[in-house]
Amino acid sequence: MSLHRWSLFALGMAVPLIALTPLGGPTTEATDRTVRIEASRFAYSPAVVHVNRGDRVTLELVSTDVVHGLYVDGYGVAAEADPGRPARISFVADRPGTFRLRCSVPCGGLHPFMIGKLRVGSDARLWLALALGIPAALVGLLGWRP
Amino acid sequence: MRRRDLLRNRLVAAALRSRGPQLVITLAALAGLLVAIVAGLTGTPVGARNAGIVLVWIAWWALLMLVAVPFAGRGWCSVCPVPVVGEWLQRGAVLAPHGAGLGAGRRWPRALRNIWLQNAGFVLVSLFGIIVLTQPRVTGLVLLVFLAAAVATSLVFERRTFCRYLCPVGGFIGLYSQLAPVELRVRDAAVCAAHTDKTCYTGSASGYGCPWLVYPPGLTRNVDCGLCFECLRTCPYDNLALNVRPAGADLAVARGRGLDEAFKTCIMLGSALAYAAVMLGPWGGLKSAASAVGTTPWWGYAAAFLLLVFGLLPGALWLATASGGRLAGSTTTTVRSFTRFASALTPLGLAAWMAFTLSFVFANLSYVWPVLSDPLGWGWNLVGTADLAWTPYGAAILPFLQAGVLLGGLAWTGAAVRHVAADLEPQRSVVLQAAPVLSLAALLTVVFMELLVA
Repeated sequence: MSLHRWSLFALGMAVPLIALTPLGGPTTEATDRTVRIEASRFAYSPAVVHVNRGDRVTLELVSTDVVHGLYVDGYGVAAEADPGRPARISFVADRPGTFRLRCSVPCGGLHPFMIGKLRVGSDARLWLALALGIPAALVGLLGWRP
Repeated sequence: MRRRDLLRNRLVAAALRSRGPQLVITLAALAGLLVAIVAGLTGTPVGARNAGIVLVWIAWWALLMLVAVPFAGRGWCSVCPVPVVGEWLQRGAVLAPHGAGLGAGRRWPRALRNIWLQNAGFVLVSLFGIIVLTQPRVTGLVLLVFLAAAVATSLVFERRTFCRYLCPVGGFIGLYSQLAPVELRVRDAAVCAAHTDKTCYTGSASGYGCPWLVYPPGLTRNVDCGLCFECLRTCPYDNLALNVRPAGADLAVARGRGLDEAFKTCIMLGSALAYAAVMLGPWGGLKSAASAVGTTPWWGYAAAFLLLVFGLLPGALWLATASGGRLAGSTTTTVRSFTRFASALTPLGLAAWMAFTLSFVFANLSYVWPVLSDPLGWGWNLVGTADLAWTPYGAAILPFLQAGVLLGGLAWTGAAVRHVAADLEPQRSVVLQAAPVLSLAALLTVVFMELLVA
């Protein structure tokens, strides 16, 4: 296969991938959703929280050992929970995508890496990575001389 | 490819020939290193409040991976404080040569004149990475061991043997320095050929022979040049150039590449994968296993890590290069293809480390301000920032930055893969040679996107 035909083939693969990439729109009707998250050194359970775009989300943080925090990247909301004293934060999940949940209270050695994830809507990252990665590789392979 | 010699500017040339500015920056870095060691060993055990952790693994690491390495290659090595104490003792001087030093000046064994020990050192530190990054005493101890090893090596072996063959950080800086848009080279090799004294290597009253054990006229890549600028001081013909060049120009050079460097590329990619999964992933069990040194889960983690960096990634690259060669009917040996195509993955490796660093540093940078006021965690408030609360920065733009860096790295790797294929077998199909390696690079990019971008 010639270079030109190869590039057409690969671009032909990339275009439908981009076109079919889910954009994180609402897959079901928005609802009130309460999720209980248990925090213990140095993990959240569940580690990944799934909600639909538009949901009115309440996260209930329950600490099982020391004081832990919960900060939601992208939404900028936070809560702190002492052991035995749960804390709640509420927000409308109006931004699609995947966001890290971080402990916001130093809780021990691995505190900076106490991380969970909030997924709002369907997870499009794999598709996006493929959709953007193929053209990026092609740009390098075909058009960019180092 | 066009180059612009910065040394044509008199001010730049004077600043780099003089030892003063370099010494001032190095002394400041040495002070920072000593603060980090003291804070690590004697300060608060809370990592987020300890200068040993915060200044080294957040502030310094961010500057190194986001600024120094991508834009200045081995620029950090030119002011690194780790080897200077040993070097002063070895030379018996802090500035220009005078008198006799304490160094025995032995030559490094020929069998070890490669970067395998640096590879092993990096893997060893990486195995304990999550401990080193979070426990101040371990960080202090590791920095102290680096300092002591550099002093001991300088007293026994010649010049900067430690930097060239032992420093685990210098190993990967050298690898990625190939991508930098600057290089130190001679202007006219004929001038060097006619110069019988070779003072750039042997030294003179004006300066020392190349501390990095490099003969400057033979420089074709940045890997082994520490940008110490000693050759600027010893060349009597003003024959050195500090060029601004197209980034990554070294990737076009075939000479001097070996399996040690190819494995370094795989080790760096594998370590970035492991660090991203352990430190930025949501898997608490994995974090526990990686941090519980000596336990059965940790041994499982260590075995998986070693398998990844020494088995799976090199194996996948080997398969990709071999299948590309077979598809194209190449006659190049797989070992040669492997070492060349490994170099093409260097941009993706640097991009992965930059994307990891962006995520890690932006989230934790605000820990720097309290530490500036209270470096030892003893309740001080020197500059009034001790009570500033933790705030993650840039959460809105971070995913786009990371994705852009990763995709840029993949595109750059695509270009490098094509160049290597065209260089290895110009009469064969470039696409068929390149496709398997590029597919591997694309797969790695997707995995990095999944792990790093949120």
